[in-house]
Amino acid sequence: MSVRRVMGIETEYGIAVPGQPQANPMAASGDVVTTYARAHGLRAAHGAWDYSDEHPLIDARGFEVPRSRADLSQLTDVEDPTLANVVLANGARLYVDHAHPEYSSPEVTSPRDAVVWDRAGELVMREVVERLAERPPGINLYKNNTDGKGSSYGTHENFLVSRRTPFERIIAGLTPFFVARQVMCGAGRVGIGQESEHTGYQISSRSDFFEAPVGLETTFKRPIINTRDEPHADPDIWRRLHVIIGDANQADVANLVKTGSTSLVLSLIEADAIDRRLEVLHPVEALKVISHDPTCTATVRMRDGRDLTAVQILTEYLEMATALVEREGSDPATDEVLTHWERLLGLLAHDPMDAAADIDWVAKLNLLERYRQRDGMQWGDPRLAAIDIQFSDVRADKGIFHTLERAGRITRLTTDDEVRAAVSTPPADTRAWLRGGTVERLGEHVVSASWDSLVLRLPRAGRIARVSMLDPLAHGRDETETLLSAGDVDDLVAGLGA
Amino acid sequence: MAQEQTRPERSGGGDEGPADEGTQVAAQNAARDEDVDSVLDEIDGVLESNAEEFVKGFVQKGGQ
Repeated sequence: MSVRRVMGIETEYGIAVPGQPQANPMAASGDVVTTYARAHGLRAAHGAWDYSDEHPLIDARGFEVPRSRADLSQLTDVEDPTLANVVLANGARLYVDHAHPEYSSPEVTSPRDAVVWDRAGELVMREVVERLAERPPGINLYKNNTDGKGSSYGTHENFLVSRRTPFERIIAGLTPFFVARQVMCGAGRVGIGQESEHTGYQISSRSDFFEAPVGLETTFKRPIINTRDEPHADPDIWRRLHVIIGDANQADVANLVKTGSTSLVLSLIEADAIDRRLEVLHPVEALKVISHDPTCTATVRMRDGRDLTAVQILTEYLEMATALVEREGSDPATDEVLTHWERLLGLLAHDPMDAAADIDWVAKLNLLERYRQRDGMQWGDPRLAAIDIQFSDVRADKGIFHTLERAGRITRLTTDDEVRAAVSTPPADTRAWLRGGTVERLGEHVVSASWDSLVLRLPRAGRIARVSMLDPLAHGRDETETLLSAGDVDDLVAGLGA
Repeated sequence: MAQEQTRPERSGGGDEGPADEGTQVAAQNAARDEDVDSVLDEIDGVLESNAEEFVKGFVQKGGQ
């Protein structure tokens, strides 16, 4: 069993125009995208999105919501001419999603690569902020998920899962895991309740915004298990599990364990190897109970009558994953995830504060508690809320997480060099290589692009060709680099047989 | 942190005796706290000067 599978992370960034809280966030987000695109010679028209394979209303439970019954926010498959949208040289998508700039990482095949290309997105956003600072008041960006006043915006993970796996089994196998995993990968939040009605600190910034166990929506009635069935791949082979419950991580270990442990639990589900009774009685309520207890000692009631802590639930999953890996064999990527997963559970069971170098919510709480002690602050003190926001500022000199990291207080699994390289280089082992390479080297011929297509204008043939990329593991470096480096779009399309 | 709550049992053996462990943890905690203080000064230098206004001004539209 391996942790390796096709995956990726999408991050909506918080956005603020200093001194202008009423500034139009869609216009500001558009500025972010177009500023980056222009600086890199990626005109928006070159990267226009191909929506022909998008089906946001198909539900994995086996039906399609009629358009007339859908919320406007669910219609993500139509071009909005006011919204900027660009494919980057690394195969990522940078665009305006609702009222936020979003970086959707290219598809990768390991949790470690997911961390690297997610961090590359931070550098993209940091560069934009630096460029926009030259036009005061500039625009600031935050890798967080709530403003603490009732609004939440998402960080989503995507995992391809075998279509043979019944969706009901995914719901049953994943729900207790999602209720519990926040203790390993929550980003922390000052304030309790969607509008911070109560003072205090909680583990996850997203948990208070989840209102349903299962559903198709992502902007309201948010469900623990999202049912959007839009694989961006051959639908006979794959489903794409769209995970909307999760915080934006800055800490490498938390981010690695978030995607890695989830991938392993999906492998357990695919193998039908969940052999323990793990069903949380009231998952939506349990999510909040766990999030609101930074001591990690709160228990939630299971259907079989047991009362378990999040760490105990996760330990059951870890034991099942370890057993299956021992039976089926492992690889270095899997071993790395299992090692950190086990280590985090040990730290959390002993004293969560021991994980201050590895988990965002612990790092933040550790810092806030020192401020509280030093300056005698109560949880309602606005300075603590300010630190919470600034913790996620993407600027190297303003972001408090970056200060901690520079001080050597955060465990690094990635290097600055590899993250910098990932800003302009796609992963070599997925179709992102062809997408990013084409946009970078043959950009003037790109009519539109999407996760699974490239629409190209061929000057010699005098026609438009659509290159279909339904297999995420095809069109990587080995297959396409020779064609790409020749730099001729007609030859490229001919060589690809499109 | 609530001190009096019981910790969940650790999976696997090899724990040290409770007294030893308690002393060791207290020492670790003290070292950790001192360590954090050394970066507080640096962070003080970058914090927004008017926290209340900054927090009030951080208003987002909802997202996915």
